[in-house]
Amino acid sequence: MSRGLPFPLLSAGLLAMWLLLNQTVAIGHILLGTVLALGIPWSMRAARPSKTQLRRPGAIIRLFLVALVDITRSNVAVAWIILRPGQRRGTSGFVDIPLELRNPYGLAMLACIITSTPGTLWVGFDSNTGVVTVHILDLIDERTWFDIIKGRYERLLLEIFE
Amino acid sequence: MTFATELPTWTALLIAALVLLGAGLAFTGSLGLLRFNRFYERVHAPTLATTLGAGCVLIASMIFFSVLQTRPVVHEILIAIFLTLTTPVTLMLLVRAALFRDRVENKPCNEVETCAVPAAKNRPRSGRLAPSQAEPMKPLTHHPDHGDKRDHR
Repeated sequence: MSRGLPFPLLSAGLLAMWLLLNQTVAIGHILLGTVLALGIPWSMRAARPSKTQLRRPGAIIRLFLVALVDITRSNVAVAWIILRPGQRRGTSGFVDIPLELRNPYGLAMLACIITSTPGTLWVGFDSNTGVVTVHILDLIDERTWFDIIKGRYERLLLEIFE
Repeated sequence: MTFATELPTWTALLIAALVLLGAGLAFTGSLGLLRFNRFYERVHAPTLATTLGAGCVLIASMIFFSVLQTRPVVHEILIAIFLTLTTPVTLMLLVRAALFRDRVENKPCNEVETCAVPAAKNRPRSGRLAPSQAEPMKPLTHHPDHGDKRDHR
């Protein structure tokens, strides 16, 4: 952690956000954005977030695409569950999935992906046992969800964070 | 000043389709909120509006303003990012509040398929209920998703 730039990624993100908000790449805004991008992370140091390293940009892009496709697919699936005629049977339920992932940023990302996907909802994570509890709207086969979360998401997140 | 009538037909059609699709998804999500019976099912429905529903409207907005102003307008991406980051927080808070209440009321399991969670049985049932101290993601002890048929409306 260097004194000048404690969180380079956060700084880059803030500058990008500032330029996007102002919809310009004028030199004045770049300067102003740079001041913000340097100042805000500096005050973030008080919160002492744990450091992490991102590896494999390829895996990040793959994860993004996989999540995008899955979110779109489950949007259609959940919309069909809602719109199909007739009384629906209660097939929702909780699934417990043991994870190897321990990185808090990785877990936060997994929580965002799972909750953003219609039909699945992150309920909680037991940091002692490493078991994540997920609520699933259309729970027909536990095994399928086990494979999706462990095989698809956790594998990529492990590549990125650990 | 630019006006919507200056849009080429194909863009207008594409934008209209995207806006309608997004609005339809948001409507379906709200309908799901009405149609589902249990609280834990209901929280799933509004996700339609915050993911693909919002996505369609944002893409339509990007195309609309980019074509009208003949320059790329992409700051809608920020809305998408902030939506993705903030909705899970609200949803998780709601679900954990519901779980907390169910646990305090100690409701019995009356639906087999919704409470068959084997791993939960050997976890401690009490003493860890406080809405989180140190850890960012607090472990939950057990999950009573059951009998939520009463008053969640």
